[in-house]
Amino acid sequence: MEAVQRRKGLLPYLLLAPGLGWLLVFFAIPLGYMAYESLKAGTIDTGFSFSWEFSNYTHAISTYKEQFVRSFEYAGLATLLSLVIGYPLAYVIAFRGGKWRNALLLAVILPFFVTYLIRTLSWETILDDESWVVDTLKAAGLVSNDGRVLDTTASVVAGITYNFLPFMILPLYASLERIDHRLLEAAYDLYGKRRAVFTRVTLPLSMPGVVAGVLLTFIPAAGDFVNATLLGTPRQAMIGNVIQSRFQVIADYPSAAALSFILMGLILVLVLAWARFAGTESLMGSEPR
Amino acid sequence: MEAATATVRPAAGRGLAIRIGRRLLHHSLNVYAALALVYLLLPIAIILLFSFNDPRGRFNFVWHGFTLDAWKHPFAVEGLGDAMRTSLEIAALSTIGATILGTLMALALVRYQFRGRAPTNFFIFLPLASPEIVLGASLLSMFLNLGVALGFGTILIAHIMFNVSFVVVTVRSRLIGFDRSVEEAAQDLGANSVQTFLRVTLPLIFPAVLAAGLLAFALSIDDFVITNFNNGSTITFPLFIWGAARVAVPPQINVIAAMIFLVTVFAMILTVWQQRRAEKLASVRPEPEPVA
Repeated sequence: MEAVQRRKGLLPYLLLAPGLGWLLVFFAIPLGYMAYESLKAGTIDTGFSFSWEFSNYTHAISTYKEQFVRSFEYAGLATLLSLVIGYPLAYVIAFRGGKWRNALLLAVILPFFVTYLIRTLSWETILDDESWVVDTLKAAGLVSNDGRVLDTTASVVAGITYNFLPFMILPLYASLERIDHRLLEAAYDLYGKRRAVFTRVTLPLSMPGVVAGVLLTFIPAAGDFVNATLLGTPRQAMIGNVIQSRFQVIADYPSAAALSFILMGLILVLVLAWARFAGTESLMGSEPR
Repeated sequence: MEAATATVRPAAGRGLAIRIGRRLLHHSLNVYAALALVYLLLPIAIILLFSFNDPRGRFNFVWHGFTLDAWKHPFAVEGLGDAMRTSLEIAALSTIGATILGTLMALALVRYQFRGRAPTNFFIFLPLASPEIVLGASLLSMFLNLGVALGFGTILIAHIMFNVSFVVVTVRSRLIGFDRSVEEAAQDLGANSVQTFLRVTLPLIFPAVLAAGLLAFALSIDDFVITNFNNGSTITFPLFIWGAARVAVPPQINVIAAMIFLVTVFAMILTVWQQRRAEKLASVRPEPEPVA
């Protein structure tokens, strides 16, 4: 009897062991190696050696302050745009979708079925100098006649917004869809005006979706370098571009590792601040039943 | 909502104006949502359309005319076929690995109360909350320091790593409403725990596992950032596109993307259908209370 009890007690750990082991060895320990790498000194020719080189961090911040600021500006802007574009769409699907709901949801995630890089390249086609979209914008006077859309801040932010928009819409939809319609009816019965019902009932109830959507959009957006590379120029370079080129082109591993850590730290600080501001329940999975 | 509109009934002309105004507001939201959908779907339409393009020069960005050439010879571009094969192999292997590891973890997390449950949940959530570039860069740092040769193996390791958390989250969310009495029934009828798992639990959670596997496959075949740090000289489909983007973008890339797109949509619809069927089968069981 006791043996059975003990086996039951061990079972969850046995089930967890292989997966946790994998994450420990290939997620947690690599972070330690990156910390170690970030404190090395040297050059690619002489080799790098560990020497508690904290100046890598201060140097990284002072040299690439501009790219850091730009990354967070672009990511913030793209997150805001995703919310503005995504919320009404999620709302319409959840409350007016009817029998088309599932089909509409499928349409929202269709972009994920096309390779990320090709989606981004597709924007290069759409915003090309000779494309009809740019011609239309020029005819409407929104873009000057010799102006360009591609290779500007606008094209990079539009690309980032596009690529991460479904990450915003899905949690928004999930929280809107869960709202008990009787609550809305009660609000109307109590003579709530439409605007009041929305701002005081629907919107607060959908906040978990907003919180999750903002995180899911902002985190990948802040580290992105694909959009800035394909749809922008070095003038739109984000911190991801710097990390990528220092790792792979210049082979200055310590500074690249330091930059990665600073990026992760900044994102973590923002995420924790946001979680504190908005409540943490929606971040960590649900409790057992 | 309609009732509120109907109660406003002043003199005919103004009433009509107000009604039209309300209508417009009501419809403007739908129109806005429709435009958002167009924004989401336009690039896909362009990708499909440009797979039929007959480009002049090396870049497939401007429409020049209709041709089926690229569809007839999808692998005519050197290296594209090999890249695609590598991508499919890595996607298949990493899906199998991550689905097994992740499903076991999800089972432990949903079904057992044990010490360290909350920190485990948090630890699994961490890779999902880290930017891909950090995951890729840290793995590369480890491989560099240990002198591990980069290539197929390191890509596979990376893909299983980032997929595990996604599988856990997907399977866990479906397991939460799981009815454990059927397992108890199986054990009362003399099945041991292995038999119970293989013949009762697994078939019941299969739709969730399938959905998680599909997600893992799609994420793996699409991954560029993490792969880009750990590939060595091995080229996957996204890496091939990345290389091509600076030199030449042939319409064949659009053809392969269109193929992946169509297959994934098909698989997705199949999974939904399979889940509906599973739900139907499950609902055949007598209900404890009559359906009103």
